[in-house]
Amino acid sequence: MKASTAVRKDVDAGDCWKGFRPGDWLTSINVRDFIVRNVTPYAGNEDFLSGASQRTKAVWAKLQPYFADERKKGVLAVDAENPSTMLAHKAGYIDRENEVVVGLQTDQPFKRAIFPFGGLRMVEAGLKAAGFEPDARVHEAFTKYRKSHNDGVFDVYTPEIMHCRRSGIITGLPDAYGRGRIIGDYRRVALYGIDRLLEAKRAERAQLDDMWPTDEIIRQREELAEQMRALQDLASMAKLYDCDISKPAANAREAFQWTYFAYLGAIKEANGAAMSIGRISSFLDIYIERDLKNGVLDEAGAQELWDQLVQKLRIVRFLRTPDYDALFSGDPYWATECVGGMDLDGRTLVTKSSYRMLHTLHNLGPAPEPNITVLWSNHMPAAFKRYCAKVSRDTSSLQYENDDLMRPFWGDDYGIACCVSAMRLGKQMQFFGARVNLAKALLYAINGGRDEVSGEQIAPQTLPVTGDFLDFDDVMAKFDTTMEWLARTYVHAMNCIHYMHDKYFYERLEMALHDRDILRTMAFGIAGLSVVADSLSAIKYGKIRVARDENGLVVDYQNEGNKATPQFGNNDDRVDRIASDIVTSFMGKIRKHPTYRNATHTQSVLTITSNVVYGKATGNTPDGRRKGEPFGPGANPMHGRDSHGWLASCLSVAKLPYKDAQDGISYTVSVAPQKAHLSEGQLLDEAVKAFDVYFDRGGFHMNLNVIDKETLEDAMKNPDKYPQLTIRVSGYAVNFVRLTPEQQRDVISRTFHGQI
Amino acid sequence: MSTVQALEPGSRHDLRVGISPDAPDEGNIKDEEGAFGYCHSYETSSRYDGPGLRVVLFVSGCLLRCTYCHNPDTWHLKDGTYVSVDHVLRRLGDFAPALLSLGGGLTISGGEPMVQLAFTRRIFAGAKEMGLHTAIETSGFLGDRADESYLSAIDLVLLDIKSSDPDTYRRVTGRDLAPTLRFAERLASLSKPVWVRFTLVPGATDDPANVDGIARFVAPMKNVEWVEVQPFHQMGSFKWKAMGLEYKHLNTPPPSRDLVNRVIGQFQAAGCQAR
Repeated sequence: MKASTAVRKDVDAGDCWKGFRPGDWLTSINVRDFIVRNVTPYAGNEDFLSGASQRTKAVWAKLQPYFADERKKGVLAVDAENPSTMLAHKAGYIDRENEVVVGLQTDQPFKRAIFPFGGLRMVEAGLKAAGFEPDARVHEAFTKYRKSHNDGVFDVYTPEIMHCRRSGIITGLPDAYGRGRIIGDYRRVALYGIDRLLEAKRAERAQLDDMWPTDEIIRQREELAEQMRALQDLASMAKLYDCDISKPAANAREAFQWTYFAYLGAIKEANGAAMSIGRISSFLDIYIERDLKNGVLDEAGAQELWDQLVQKLRIVRFLRTPDYDALFSGDPYWATECVGGMDLDGRTLVTKSSYRMLHTLHNLGPAPEPNITVLWSNHMPAAFKRYCAKVSRDTSSLQYENDDLMRPFWGDDYGIACCVSAMRLGKQMQFFGARVNLAKALLYAINGGRDEVSGEQIAPQTLPVTGDFLDFDDVMAKFDTTMEWLARTYVHAMNCIHYMHDKYFYERLEMALHDRDILRTMAFGIAGLSVVADSLSAIKYGKIRVARDENGLVVDYQNEGNKATPQFGNNDDRVDRIASDIVTSFMGKIRKHPTYRNATHTQSVLTITSNVVYGKATGNTPDGRRKGEPFGPGANPMHGRDSHGWLASCLSVAKLPYKDAQDGISYTVSVAPQKAHLSEGQLLDEAVKAFDVYFDRGGFHMNLNVIDKETLEDAMKNPDKYPQLTIRVSGYAVNFVRLTPEQQRDVISRTFHGQI
Repeated sequence: MSTVQALEPGSRHDLRVGISPDAPDEGNIKDEEGAFGYCHSYETSSRYDGPGLRVVLFVSGCLLRCTYCHNPDTWHLKDGTYVSVDHVLRRLGDFAPALLSLGGGLTISGGEPMVQLAFTRRIFAGAKEMGLHTAIETSGFLGDRADESYLSAIDLVLLDIKSSDPDTYRRVTGRDLAPTLRFAERLASLSKPVWVRFTLVPGATDDPANVDGIARFVAPMKNVEWVEVQPFHQMGSFKWKAMGLEYKHLNTPPPSRDLVNRVIGQFQAAGCQAR
């Protein structure tokens, strides 16, 4: 055994680390240190890339019938008998001969698993909706002997929270299934192996033995015990596939496999709405570079590893309910992977594997997953920026987030959970909290706390608007009171949810791949921002007469004054400032209330596809939006109101303050394929300039679609012609043909800008 | 423009904060003429109307009555919104940093910008102060009104030449061709960069002789950087209907790709840089 001299004696790494530059990562668990010391930044172009290998094509061909079947039938198979754990299923393969990265969620591809620890109700509803019978033994176990997260939450919810849930002012709360949005640092398994990680966990635990057993210390001891058990189970799971992951990965293939096993373990243990993989490209690139240098791997082999890992990430499946699908259509799971960005020393973290990851979209065709996220920095190599623009144009499958904005907050080794939530990998987690419907809150303010659809008293009774016209100052004062109440109720609900989730559905493996002492954020969200901003603007700059129904409830609005009131999305400060102020104001109200485990409050302006559901549950609004009409998604201006082109629209959204929305601000832009007199090269250069301008002005996020309305309309009529048509909706991408017709119509009705 | 309104006092874009409302405008433009004008709308993300990304301001008022016009709602001056030049420039200022980064600028189109000569003169001057590239889209019919100082604040002229034949020109626009040709020649003598725009309308302007005439006229002019063939489209027809006007081209199809290529070919054969 020729251990490197730099390696500590008690770490039996063998040759696994040979050739790597030593550093702090040898003596402590520190993946970031390993990356910055060993990464090979790449400033060249994409000419080195390889096509898909024969083996990749063979595996891909085996999967095609499943994809086709799924489009027709929906859920293909479920194991309803064995609740999912790392060891619940034997090894499964797609095409054992040709798979270079192995491992499935169950013993067969596309066979979904059940996760009753989150909530039995969700499991059984999901099974019934998909045409399968719930299992009697599972039912007995989770009704007689074992309580779920869902049961726990409903034991402690208040009647007020139940009202809010029902009326739709707070929805999508993770109180019935896995909360998700936790990213294990899956790279740790490849870099250190299970033995070393266990040793670190034992050391963390030993420190706690000396500490007085307060609630928090007892909880941490139990959690660490669970984490260590999870690491041992992960090693056993790998053994089912004939792999020994107790030691570090010795080459690129093992590094891919070990990292994927860790992720696979996580998705076998938790059915979170969003299960990001983190930031693996440039980490794994270090192994590829070493193998290339040693002559044991070539470019085709390197691309094969990426293509095959991505194939695995494209077939992750969870059993969901129809209610869930209405919120998050098209089976997303946010296996979000981040590429690009810069390190704290100003070097780029773009590597050849950043290209290889993007290139999977060419080799395997466009797809929504993994949710590839470019961490855009204006300092990234020009060639890579151009390549990103090209891949966007070809596939509409990328999203962009502002690394220059996030790096000062989160350092240079953060990942994106779900769509837009940044977190330091292995050092931070979040308590996910869906969102509140602020447009509805505004209507509650006008109606003294009564729901504008049902007439029910939901918020505490306050004085409703009494006159025939809305007065801006009066409405603002009332809205402020309503937001205070809403914020308090929302934090209250979140504390209940996450207390119970930790208790009954703790993510033991994902948390085993974190440090013991981490930053916890509690992520609150708002929907309907542009509706609220436009409504307040209409009240301020127009003259809004109210119409009441027979019960005195305000149900409609008529602008009898200046019709041309400023609307969000046109770079008009008069209304943009209202939108920014609402974000800051609601964040301030949220921050007033203490959180479970002292989590830091954050906020997102994000709706996923739930803008449709929220709109459906919301009455007429003073901005002229009709009852039931969808909201703009995320932070988007309302459909069609950003009428002065994408530049104006972008500049409005870029003004929203990230410091008060650290959980992310989602913005989706659709532009038609280029028709102006530009060559291919000029077009890409112009797109890059546009990105630079948007992000330089403080823009946080951009989902970019390069597609025209006509194609989408045709795809609605002839879905079979467009099996892989992918579009970005709000923070994620979907197969367009797998959206509900309602959501398809919503996407088509969004603003399409003529050109980039 | 949907956002035209009296300036909100105290806004951070209110450049007159702290100045008496009666204080005269400063700068080298002395007369009060052109302090207000009529605008139809604006767009911030055009890639057709000059180099880079363009903010395009459509002003109202036009003396031509082109039978295929896709903006007949800009014909009458007072159909536009009455706006102060301050407001226009303040709004332009909101976009100026981005336009500078994108290598773009301001294009004034219409309508016919030279109908409101003093107003557009002030806007161009303001845009130049922001360091922006400026362009005007014009029929050239009022070209005689554009003095040297007006043209000095304009970097590029998008000159619409609908026909080379006075009769065709009159039939299509209702006006004389001569002023346009005179303006083109003056621009050539000043070496002012020009993109000639030719709208290709099947049955109205597609006669090979008509195209050749323009090509022969333009080819010797070294200041003409591009001849742009713009295919007729039906996107403006709803406006004619909405305005209760009789639209002669209701059944005119857009030109085929072959026809467009033929016309571009004619320009190229004459020695023009055409697209």
